[in-house]
Amino acid sequence: MMRKAPDAEKKLFDKPEKISEIDRREFLKMGLLVTGVFAGGSVFSAVSAVAEIFPYDTYRTKYPYKPHYCMVIRVDRCIGCQLCMDACVAINDVPSYGWRTLILERQAQKAIGQKREFIPVLCNQCNDPPCVRACPVIATYKDKQNGIVMMNNKKCIGCKICMAACPYDARYYCEEKGAIDKCDFCFETKLSRGEKTTACSEACPADVRVFGDLSDPHDRVYKLVHQLQKPVWVLKKEAGAKPNIFYMKG
Amino acid sequence: MEASENLTLTDHLKDAAGRVFSGGPVYLTFLCLLGILFMVGVFSGIHSVYIEGSRHAYGSTREIPLAMLIATYAFFVIISTGLCLVSSIGHIFGVESFQPIAKRAVLLSVITIVSGFLVIGLELENPFRLAIYLFVSPNFTSNIWWMGVLYSFEVVLLIIEFILLMLHRHKASAVAGFLGIIFGIAAISNLGGVFAMLNGREFWYGAYLPIFFIASAVLMGSAAVVFFTIIAYWIRRERLDAAMRESLAAVSRLACLMLAVVMFLTIWRMVTLTVGGTHESMVFEAFVSGPFAFNFWVYEIALGMIIPFFLLLASRGRSIAVIFVAAALIIFCAFFMRLDMVVAGQIVPMYWELGVKEYSRLNTYAPTWHEIFVVLGGVGLCGAAFLLGEKVFDGFRET
Repeated sequence: MMRKAPDAEKKLFDKPEKISEIDRREFLKMGLLVTGVFAGGSVFSAVSAVAEIFPYDTYRTKYPYKPHYCMVIRVDRCIGCQLCMDACVAINDVPSYGWRTLILERQAQKAIGQKREFIPVLCNQCNDPPCVRACPVIATYKDKQNGIVMMNNKKCIGCKICMAACPYDARYYCEEKGAIDKCDFCFETKLSRGEKTTACSEACPADVRVFGDLSDPHDRVYKLVHQLQKPVWVLKKEAGAKPNIFYMKG
Repeated sequence: MEASENLTLTDHLKDAAGRVFSGGPVYLTFLCLLGILFMVGVFSGIHSVYIEGSRHAYGSTREIPLAMLIATYAFFVIISTGLCLVSSIGHIFGVESFQPIAKRAVLLSVITIVSGFLVIGLELENPFRLAIYLFVSPNFTSNIWWMGVLYSFEVVLLIIEFILLMLHRHKASAVAGFLGIIFGIAAISNLGGVFAMLNGREFWYGAYLPIFFIASAVLMGSAAVVFFTIIAYWIRRERLDAAMRESLAAVSRLACLMLAVVMFLTIWRMVTLTVGGTHESMVFEAFVSGPFAFNFWVYEIALGMIIPFFLLLASRGRSIAVIFVAAALIIFCAFFMRLDMVVAGQIVPMYWELGVKEYSRLNTYAPTWHEIFVVLGGVGLCGAAFLLGEKVFDGFRET
């Protein structure tokens, strides 16, 4: 249904003198499609509200995963307390020399009012992960069910090409594991044990990190991403990895 | 029958050992020094990866995970492919003036690729897993996977080619050599692809590196032929015969031409960087006036390109001393070219655009002694194997 949009566009421009009811509906669909809101009643793209900032047709794919885990980071709420980092370290045994998630600090001395901003970063669990493409032995892979970029430690040869490939600096070599370590949305320590959220999301006192299923219209992340009132963006979209960590304010 | 064959083999080995030990004090001193260097390098690598931990022993970091050892691996395998290509001009494509250098070039191609494997083997955290999962769990979208497989095939083909060449089975050798070229070019372009397909790294990304690597390989191969052949004759304490002089003159002209190509590619690479994105502009500045400026202007441009180019141009292959100096400069400076290329692709912090304080400075890299020793280990293996090869195969004499 969505793929008919270009035809609809052609039809609209072919018949400018009179717009029928059907054409009007097609037009509405097309507009919603471009802004990424129209879901076709079932499944939809990985990034919808931000589709307008991407080249047309970039994200015209179905949600490939169920659940399609993602995180919305309400960046202006972050106070830089780093409780999320502490929780991540504690739950996932992250060594002192590594990190799975980080709070970046931006200072703007000349800004009016608030002069500091905190930006949480972590693995973006990309839909087209450059790390997965680069790994020679499939030691890192995209989970076919939930889309999390996982590690199979026993296969990792430690070539570190995935570290170089990652546009988000989300990987490090863990001596203790003898493999690359990275955020897995706490799949191993929490989600696979029936828990519903990640350690960082749970620990955040300001509800900055909203974790959930992007393919579920009833989920908070779905509602936050599929709205038009507030802009939603991703980091380093030019890397073309189709990330699943969304940023917004409010 | 078998006993006589064994006896013959033993005799050959005895003869070879005799030639090695009668090589003279200078030869033996260099052989020992290079052998020691090789062992120190291996020890340094094993100590770094399996005892101290590469995080402590090597200078590579989370921000710059690919560093000097990857650059050294690239340095060796690019020379290897170049030697394979240059050797093929004579014994596969029939250009007469390139024929005398063929056997030595093929053996050196094997030696340099093995030296590259040694260095990468001491860089990988778990090389033994690679031996299993390269075959059991292949990722066909990975350039490293293709590079590993193609180089493995290439080294086997090169060994077959060399054995057939030594047995004077030139036609069969040419077939193996031709296949070796195909695998070699595919492998080296995949080495370029390892960097060129990382679209998060603007300096590397694009079709430039695979093409540049092939051009650079022919340059390195011809420089290596000149460099090692002249040393080989020096070891023999013989003057170059007329055929070999003519051959080296032809190879040095090829080196000169390829230097021009590499300079042309480098000029356009730098020019395009000036109008690139933020990352590319920063890398450009790092090369021109930043932390890479000395390496770039002194090693890469002056000593690695301009001076050898004019030396080769002026000598026209006639002065052996001049082309030897030019070849030595090209090889020595190419190491810095590889190092700069590898490290510069990672100096701009990943979150630079955000303007956050954690990613507000260029990433820096300084090699550790452990890494330097591993590099020297590779050089030691390459040099010692070359010296041994010259004596074992008796200078590749046709008699």
